[in-house]
Amino acid sequence: MSNETGYNFGYLDEQTKRSIRRAILKAIAIPGHQIPFSSREMPMSYGWGTGGIQVTASVIGQNDVLKVIDQGADDTSNAVNIRRFFRKVCGVATTEKTAQATLIQTRHRIPETPLKAGQTIVYQVPIPEPLQWLQPSTRETKKMHALEDYGAMYVKLYEDITKYGHIATSYDYPVMVHDRYLMSPSPIPRFDNPKMNMNPALQLFGAGREKRIYAVPPYTKVESLDFADYPFTVERWDKACEFCGSRTSYLDEVVLDDAGKRMWICSDTDYCRESQEAGNGTFVEN
Amino acid sequence: MEHLLKINQLSKSYGGISACEDIYFDLYPGQVLGIVGESGSGKSTLLNAIAGHLAVDSGEIIYLDPQGNTHIVNQLPEIKRRWLMRTEWGFVQQNPRNGLLMKVSAGGNIASRLLDVGQRHYGQIRDTATHWLEQVEIDPKRIDDLPGTFSGGMQQRLQLARVLVTQPRLILMDEPTGGLDVSVQARLLDLLRSLVRNFHLSLIIVTHDIGVVRLLSHRLIVMQKGKVVESGLTDQVLDDPQHPYTQLLVSATLTP
Repeated sequence: MSNETGYNFGYLDEQTKRSIRRAILKAIAIPGHQIPFSSREMPMSYGWGTGGIQVTASVIGQNDVLKVIDQGADDTSNAVNIRRFFRKVCGVATTEKTAQATLIQTRHRIPETPLKAGQTIVYQVPIPEPLQWLQPSTRETKKMHALEDYGAMYVKLYEDITKYGHIATSYDYPVMVHDRYLMSPSPIPRFDNPKMNMNPALQLFGAGREKRIYAVPPYTKVESLDFADYPFTVERWDKACEFCGSRTSYLDEVVLDDAGKRMWICSDTDYCRESQEAGNGTFVEN
Repeated sequence: MEHLLKINQLSKSYGGISACEDIYFDLYPGQVLGIVGESGSGKSTLLNAIAGHLAVDSGEIIYLDPQGNTHIVNQLPEIKRRWLMRTEWGFVQQNPRNGLLMKVSAGGNIASRLLDVGQRHYGQIRDTATHWLEQVEIDPKRIDDLPGTFSGGMQQRLQLARVLVTQPRLILMDEPTGGLDVSVQARLLDLLRSLVRNFHLSLIIVTHDIGVVRLLSHRLIVMQKGKVVESGLTDQVLDDPQHPYTQLLVSATLTP
């Protein structure tokens, strides 16, 4: 398939792509550090992944195979439209299979299938600054990053344990990258946080409205914040996916009717389909 | 005995207005230094300059750390100065609302300094917070309450506990008893006196209340229009003031 005439490859013009690539290279060189970039107007509103799309548009090549997921699913409107957008402006091949993709753009999840060396995952980021809720001044948060002054973040975790008995942050759980920079992992569930650590794939983060790019290079240490006596934990379910029976993947609760009936299914649709095809599709009685 | 802090020819001006001019004094371990003067005499500017909240124009603030190294505090890189302010130094604001995290529980307020210096054990931090609440005579049961639910005197004591938790050697206080009623003031001063004795603290207290310095401080500096006009032992200065301004200040004090 070839790209539609009238558009440059990847929608953005070459100079813009170069400037974004420079920001990406800088971000890779300083893992977890936010690099400002000149975010462009995109043909969709902020909050729909304009940052991630600009990063994807800058790194995508003609031989790339693109996968786009939204909350783990390949078939939600956001994922379908971004995939169609890139098919239109790049003419690249797209896939729903994690293992076949070379480039994955994601909103709110990391695929269950482990990423491989050579793959790139692009996260859509709404708020890149993990300290923003504690310190509204950007001038001050920049200084806190520069001086590695992250005590305030731990005060929040302390208050969580005091109030709820455990750290109540369930998504966008802050991480330390390479023992240096505090980073927002974008709103992925904390279930996915351990997948970022020592991941063989390149992880890029783009925030369009906030005009920031940051990155985690392959095989980089990514640690979730915790206390010595309250270690970091991930969500667990006492249920299995009703389609594929998986007990290890991240489950979504789906409300079926107004009588309180609900079911639990994998949030990663590709993983669910693959494990059903592998013969795990027996219905599990809860 | 070697000095803990030495101020050398410290000057600070705001445009054409000189707030502090050639201030010098020494502070020794365990000593309480009072700085008195009328409003606008430059005493708060001096304290904020020592704390690093303001950049000084000229002069030196020399600090001797427990390992015997001297540091010129006003020339330290910011990362080291922040560290110093969180470990060996402390600052107590006049209004506790400026010195406390009002949306964070009392325990969290005390914990914040420990978390800043890298402690990462919740249970230990909580035990330490409880201990220091007791030290400043706040009921440990209130550890999870917000500072906003505390009285003014309790907030001031909580601010003190928050600073004391890293066992500093020097505490800078800006009008610590301002805005408190007389009986609460007396209790706070009593507490401060015992803390100074028990923990061998050095204090610099800025106040316009002669009663506070008479009760607490060993030495006294009197400031007027940005200059030190008189200094010496507290009793000596207050009982036999030499400078006309000091004489005015002492005679203007109400004595019950």
